[in-house]
Amino acid sequence: MSLSADASPGVATNVDAERFGVDPELRPRDQSFIRDVLIIARRSIRQLPREPEAVFPALLIPVFFMAVNIGSLEKLTESALAIDYKAFQLPVGIVFAVTGISRGASLVADLNSGYFDRLLMTPVSRLALLIGTMAADFVLVALMTLPVLCLGFIVGVGFHNGVLGFLVFVGISALWGMVFPGFTYAIAFKTASPAAVASATILFFPFAFLTTTFLPKDQLNGTLDAVATVNPVTYILEALRSLLTEDWNMSAIGPALLAIGVVGILSIGLALTALKGRVSRN
Amino acid sequence: MTIPAILAENLGRTFGDKVAIKNVNLKIPSGEVYGLLGPNGAGKSTIVRILCTLLMPTQGRARVAGYDVATDPMAVRLRIGAALQSTAIDGLQTGREMLALQAQLYGISSGVAQKRIAELEALVDLGKDFDKRVSTYSGGMKRRLDIAIAMLHRPPMLFLDEPTTGLDPRSRQQMWDEVRRLNKELGVTILLTTQYLEEADSLAHRIGIINDGGVVSEGSPRELKRLVRDDIVVANVQGDAVAVESRLADIRGVKSLTVTGDRIEARVSDGAQAIGSVAIGIQQAGLTLNDITLRTPTLDDVFMELTGAHMNKEVGHEPVR
Repeated sequence: MSLSADASPGVATNVDAERFGVDPELRPRDQSFIRDVLIIARRSIRQLPREPEAVFPALLIPVFFMAVNIGSLEKLTESALAIDYKAFQLPVGIVFAVTGISRGASLVADLNSGYFDRLLMTPVSRLALLIGTMAADFVLVALMTLPVLCLGFIVGVGFHNGVLGFLVFVGISALWGMVFPGFTYAIAFKTASPAAVASATILFFPFAFLTTTFLPKDQLNGTLDAVATVNPVTYILEALRSLLTEDWNMSAIGPALLAIGVVGILSIGLALTALKGRVSRN
Repeated sequence: MTIPAILAENLGRTFGDKVAIKNVNLKIPSGEVYGLLGPNGAGKSTIVRILCTLLMPTQGRARVAGYDVATDPMAVRLRIGAALQSTAIDGLQTGREMLALQAQLYGISSGVAQKRIAELEALVDLGKDFDKRVSTYSGGMKRRLDIAIAMLHRPPMLFLDEPTTGLDPRSRQQMWDEVRRLNKELGVTILLTTQYLEEADSLAHRIGIINDGGVVSEGSPRELKRLVRDDIVVANVQGDAVAVESRLADIRGVKSLTVTGDRIEARVSDGAQAIGSVAIGIQQAGLTLNDITLRTPTLDDVFMELTGAHMNKEVGHEPVR
């Protein structure tokens, strides 16, 4: 039942269409997608130093693995296979450092606090909410490579192709570190569960160990060799190793970029599908 | 042309088999503070989320500021601000950073944003904490910041979903003052949901009472209270009132009776005439009368009249003085 359809006494008057005009200082149509991405990325990057607990464990694990692997296998591999095992292991440390670290936990916090809804009520591009966060991941993982590389330098590993080789090395690492968390974001958008996102790191284990983590591919047995052949991490490691020990080798770098592309299409595709489901208003 | 700030026609929303809201009709003129009053789970937040373009209706249609929420959500978003039920903040940012980010998202230039943030700094009243991380703020500080963020782009319409839930009385009073200021000084149309009777009574020009997903009545607080034509006699007693409830119901002039522990509420048509009879009847039933008062109907009585049940008990909700 309705008692009164009209405004009650005390209600502000001046009822006309102009009252619903948009603030003239707003320039939402001037906002480009790139600008939206940068705004979201900047916010995520600003969070990084404020969450050291989300970053430091990801640095300790690769350092630990490098130390253990080199300590236990260096003499054996260098005498039996005649390879520079420190240079062989440094990319493993890098891949361990950059894979799986993401702003996924932060995204879940946004979803659960309602902040993501607040973002959805702004004119920002929905796609920028994902891509901006992934852009922040690129910066994060590029930074994560530096301490591990410093460790490599300390133990005597150098870059065969100088500064450009160094930049390509960091670039490949960061690209890989950017696309892999797409799986994490898909889980985050789908479940909004901190536990599910935390357990997403399990996804990395088959990628990390069913490959040339400990020995070159030609030393793997038939089954593991077959799995390593379809494991994209194999190609990332090969490319990074080639940048440390060889002249420019496009037959190593090319497949790595292709592997990043394939994983990126899959992971970002899943993340976009989950994002679409999250913002569909259904 | 006069267009309502909010117009909902037969609005409905289901989640699978569950009906969240059904056949909701709202017509809220510009400049009004409209309160949606109802218990938890009544459907208040679902209505707000549809009107804020976060959720699609499965039935009917809604227009906000003249724009359809389903087909023109961006036009709606540019004209609304919202502070939803959970305080939508990022604990890792400072209050200032959150406002600055909001300005960027709306394409407000840096100079204008700085000016507005300076203005809103006084509103949020955070002092030095304005530059501290939001995770260190109290509930009241977060809520004030939440509303400041919602108002940064100066929307003509504001949605507040249970804005004072969990706040202490002082923070609640501050929130009420701010809601009144936004409406009176800036002419902002405000739709607020609440489960607090006092809040709806104090703030809203009109109230829609919502229960089980539908608006069961609508009007100004005074109009709604007129639905309950009776007076209420409230008595606090010692003794087992429940055991003698049927005897109490027979007291002359009593139309209905509610006994809750040692509290008796009797609805009577003429309070001044009946209060004496009720007092005598209570004593004759063997109860000791501690005190007895006569009051006019509240919104809770209206809710009871309309739905046959009281609103949820307002646990922990201390009165604002």
